[in-house]
Amino acid sequence: MAEPAASVLDVRDLKTVFRTRGGEIHAVNDVSFHLKPGELLGVVGESGSGKSVTMMSLLRLLPAPPADIRGGKVLLNGRDLLAMSDEELRAVRGAKIGFVFQDPMTSLNPVFTLGDQIMEPLIKHLRMSKAQAQARAIELLELVGIPGAAQRLHQYPHQFSGGMRQRVMIAIALACDPDVLIADEPTTALDVTIQAQILELVKDLRRKLGMAIIWITHDLGVIAGIADRVMVMYGGQVVEHAPVRELFANPQHPYTRALLQTIPRITGPRTARLKVIEGQPPILTAPLTACPFRARCEHRFDTCDAVNPPRRAIDGQPIGQGHDVACHWVAPAMQEPADA
Amino acid sequence: MLTFTLRRLLLAIPTLLVISLVIFLLVDLAPGSPMSEIPLTVPPDVRQKMIEALGADQPVFVRYFLWLRQFFWVEPAYAFDSWFGTTLAEGEQRILSWQSRSPVFTIIGQRLPQTLIVIGTAYLVGILIALPIGIYSAYRQYSLFDQGGTLFAMIGFSVPTFFSGTLFIIIFAVWLGWFPTKYDTQLEVVDWATFWEQIRQMALPVMTLGLANAAAISRYMRSSMLDNMTMDYVRTARAKGMSERTVVLKHVLRNSLIPVVTVIALGIPSIFGGAIITENLFGVNGIGAALIGAIHASDLPMVQTLAFIFAVLIVLFNLIADILYGLLDPRIRYD
Repeated sequence: MAEPAASVLDVRDLKTVFRTRGGEIHAVNDVSFHLKPGELLGVVGESGSGKSVTMMSLLRLLPAPPADIRGGKVLLNGRDLLAMSDEELRAVRGAKIGFVFQDPMTSLNPVFTLGDQIMEPLIKHLRMSKAQAQARAIELLELVGIPGAAQRLHQYPHQFSGGMRQRVMIAIALACDPDVLIADEPTTALDVTIQAQILELVKDLRRKLGMAIIWITHDLGVIAGIADRVMVMYGGQVVEHAPVRELFANPQHPYTRALLQTIPRITGPRTARLKVIEGQPPILTAPLTACPFRARCEHRFDTCDAVNPPRRAIDGQPIGQGHDVACHWVAPAMQEPADA
Repeated sequence: MLTFTLRRLLLAIPTLLVISLVIFLLVDLAPGSPMSEIPLTVPPDVRQKMIEALGADQPVFVRYFLWLRQFFWVEPAYAFDSWFGTTLAEGEQRILSWQSRSPVFTIIGQRLPQTLIVIGTAYLVGILIALPIGIYSAYRQYSLFDQGGTLFAMIGFSVPTFFSGTLFIIIFAVWLGWFPTKYDTQLEVVDWATFWEQIRQMALPVMTLGLANAAAISRYMRSSMLDNMTMDYVRTARAKGMSERTVVLKHVLRNSLIPVVTVIALGIPSIFGGAIITENLFGVNGIGAALIGAIHASDLPMVQTLAFIFAVLIVLFNLIADILYGLLDPRIRYD
């Protein structure tokens, strides 16, 4: 591209809080990121790091109350989704942004046929007639690799396997040709061979359709294969962000490093035990005033307890563009394991 | 589905035979004699002759088989005769009420319409009130509306109909004078004026029973909606950009109705059974009143036949509920 394309999605200082009886849970803390057309952004972090809540906040899909989006901007092609009326936002959901959820077994309505569920957004957003929507639904099912689409349109979700259902979910999310596809751990509930198939499918669809994708996962191995850029989340904030090669070659944050070490390796001696990150992710009952990772960090020092580190650039590029990290500790170059 | 239905219908036959035997024996074992209402001045030998004339001196199994034959052969044949002018049941003895000496089914035919109109309307009104309350209460859980709905259900559930009915009579019939206190079974609807009169006299019993019915069903509807409201597919529907109306009234409601429809279907036999207290309170001369009268008079054929008809209805509506379940939920197919 001659000049850097404008971002299709630009999220700035997003802040989401859950109001519970025991007080407030600060689930998303000033998260900023952007997404260029056709790009695939990987979002990594363990359970409770705020990945899903961040993405659901974008479309205000969290039940409110208890969820409360306290601040920030979510600009989709320049329009702020958080400032929209419910009616305007509904015209974006499913039309401009498609969402694929984690568990395909429960994400489809058991009492309606697949055809009905795929056609719904087509009829609502693209104002298609029933016949047009049906033709498009068959096209979509074929696109996501479901054989015998015309017959399967009249079947119910329970007649499909988990992998097939996830394909259907992808078909629904892509129905209206969205600018952005958000995939919230779409392969977590599937077994490994089906995971690989779904990954291949998404790669393939991305080549064909060219939409931007946000791929949430806790599996770095998945990210390495498909992402352009990676955003590592911890404690409801972005702790490291880098292009995918850079992140794997030169991880800065102790959390990212620890995550990379937890990946089991096929080569090398089998005697080594699998690395784990000791401890639990923090429960965010108050705004962060110190580094959220400090309790589990082996490089902790005084500043970590006093100041929550802001994101700082590693490679001189503006934050969010190149490699940046939210850590006080300056990492030495990482040594590759001897066997690699 | 058809095989399932046929199989269930066939299975119902032995079930109903066992039920009929149990009913027959229970009613027969109950204390009291058909002669209990006959004055004591009637001499014992005459009394004995009367019992023999009724066939009440026969051994219990003889009476049971004769009753079975009457119920399953004579009465249907008689009905067939009266519709098509045949003579299948000629010379056969129908099931007679010991009280009035008229055929039991004739009495049922006279009483049932009163019951169906009043109690049936009350059931329908109850459902029509309960469903919207349940749906909206669940959608706005813990809102003022939901609290109000809970209060309404609690009152409807816990206040017995003999109290609420009496209260309604005092308020609406005595103080306000809007409705009559008594239900006039002689009233025939021939024009708008009598139709209006019928509506007015139905209002109080329908209100009394409708309140009780609505209370229960609205709770079922609410909890079923709440169960489904947090399901993943609801989030999917919202993520597709569907309006709240579509999300709630299509996606959630269709799933929530499955258990509620079953409850409603299983409640329908109770309409035929009548609401004994309400019928008595408002003077609706329906099937509930007939049953109570027959029990008081030890009118065994009447009690046995009515109880058995209720049993048939309960078995039938159980089957209907199962079939509805299969129609509403595609995951359940009986093949």
